[in-house]
Amino acid sequence: MTPIVMGLRRGWIEIRHTLTNSVDLWSYLFPAILLLATVAFMRNSTVPGTSFSLGSRTLPGVFGMGIAMGGLMTTSQQLIMDREDGTLLRAKAVPSGMASYLTGKVVLVGGMTLIGFLIQLIPGLFLVDGLSVDVGGWLTLLWLLPVAFVATLPLGAAVGSLFDDPRNMALVTLPIFGAIAISGIFYPITGFPGWLQGLGQVFPMYWLGLGMRSVFLPDSLAAVEIGHSWRHLETFGVLAGWAVLGLVLAPILLRRMAARESGSAVEARRERALSRVGR
Amino acid sequence: MDMMEAVVRGAGAEPLVAEPVIEVRDLRMRYGPKEVLNGIGFSARPGEVLALLGPNGAGKTTTIEILEGFRRRSAGHVRVLGTDPEHGGERWRARLGVVLQSWRDHGKWQVRELLEHVGLHYLPFRTEQIVRPWPVDELLDAVGLTGAGRTRVSKLSGGQRRRLDVAIGIVGRPELLFLDEPTVGFDPAARRDFHDLIHELTDMADTTVLLTTHDLDEAEKLADRILILAGGRIIASGSADELSRRVAGESEIRWTRDGQRFVHSTADATAYVRELFRQYGEAIGDLEVRRSSLEETYMKLVHEAEASR
Repeated sequence: MTPIVMGLRRGWIEIRHTLTNSVDLWSYLFPAILLLATVAFMRNSTVPGTSFSLGSRTLPGVFGMGIAMGGLMTTSQQLIMDREDGTLLRAKAVPSGMASYLTGKVVLVGGMTLIGFLIQLIPGLFLVDGLSVDVGGWLTLLWLLPVAFVATLPLGAAVGSLFDDPRNMALVTLPIFGAIAISGIFYPITGFPGWLQGLGQVFPMYWLGLGMRSVFLPDSLAAVEIGHSWRHLETFGVLAGWAVLGLVLAPILLRRMAARESGSAVEARRERALSRVGR
Repeated sequence: MDMMEAVVRGAGAEPLVAEPVIEVRDLRMRYGPKEVLNGIGFSARPGEVLALLGPNGAGKTTTIEILEGFRRRSAGHVRVLGTDPEHGGERWRARLGVVLQSWRDHGKWQVRELLEHVGLHYLPFRTEQIVRPWPVDELLDAVGLTGAGRTRVSKLSGGQRRRLDVAIGIVGRPELLFLDEPTVGFDPAARRDFHDLIHELTDMADTTVLLTTHDLDEAEKLADRILILAGGRIIASGSADELSRRVAGESEIRWTRDGQRFVHSTADATAYVRELFRQYGEAIGDLEVRRSSLEETYMKLVHEAEASR
């Protein structure tokens, strides 16, 4: 059995764990409830210049945000937590443990993100007016989802391997929230000043939001996007760029992180964590 | 040490191994300007249980982490199972066991699930002599976790968790097992349980064990041989018996005479007491002669080493 297969098993076991305890189940459901409630509140406003509900227009973008957050934040959080509690050191002490651990993490984060997505998507399709997917939409989703994972997951791993103190999570979450704020997911990007539009389009969040809108919204709504188009080619290009960056950085940083792992490093983190909660 | 390095050559290309499991010569470790290991050397024979004993900060953990391949050394010759730990591959790793102090990792996993998963990693490295991994049911029995297979790790008691740590460390049937400060933070009952467990394991399999401890009692109970590490050097080594005999030459004599207390340390207590009685006869009272214990020997050695630094 290869490390990859062992990692696939590991990931599957951990996905199962998230479905059998109330804390994890709640963290799947909570964003979905929050989201659908928000969309319901927004249903009376319309996209400027159209009669299309702003709430329905926002929802697909939020799907994109969920995937970006899963890939970037969940991955980095998992790495930071696993380093603190010694999970990673255990992997290091076992033959092929690191390869299997990382494969498992990819499967876990991918699975969790996908489950979170489905929990938002399925009620969304039934409860929110105006969402419709045609064959072309499903085909778009078929390439968009993998590209989204490859663009965000390795990057999240690279970021997660930079920090080893959960208190530094804010350094990860704040820029991500910043990028979301200017991504046009909650308010159309065309309403921003030009320089901010430019900046927003650097980050994958904008493109994930745009890609998801192209899947779930009628084509007529492309008219209110930048360039009056869904810009699939550009979406693919920018996301691929982030993917390359992540795939180059992640192995280097992960290797560095793994090399530094030792019993005394974990012990030091444990001491730090215990002093934090005041025993 | 040279004798142990002698390798008996078999008929084929593979040497029949009679080489030490661990071989360390002039190992040095420096963190910035601070020298933590000052040229230490020792070796371990197959099946030997070795304790690195020393006060906190003596370099025990650094040493064991270098041998585990978790830390790069500054200088020196190190071979573990015939391989430099800095270049040990997965096959080498599969022959080692590391008992880690768990804290809250894998909390959602069931005990059996975790042991089966970790065990899988050793499957490609099974040999004709060593069937890896250890079947989970047998392993659970061996570490005293029978019946806990379906329990979630986060629901285990502290003692059970330590047993799981050991189980994870030995699931690959290691030829060499590392235990770094295995009983820190244990209450006396848990410590005794743990010692019994390690005894059973070392009796059962011909595993070489290297453990670190700052507890002399633990070293004495578990180890065939004790290496005392202080100030980055090995200042003494031998069995508990040998060590205590070595410095036990010194005895302490206490007595009173004319209502005054006296204390004297000497190598030849018998001669000293004979002389005492010859001089003062019946005036001597409350006579006490005490051989220094291993603990005193240890404290003295460590104190000297740290004072001379």
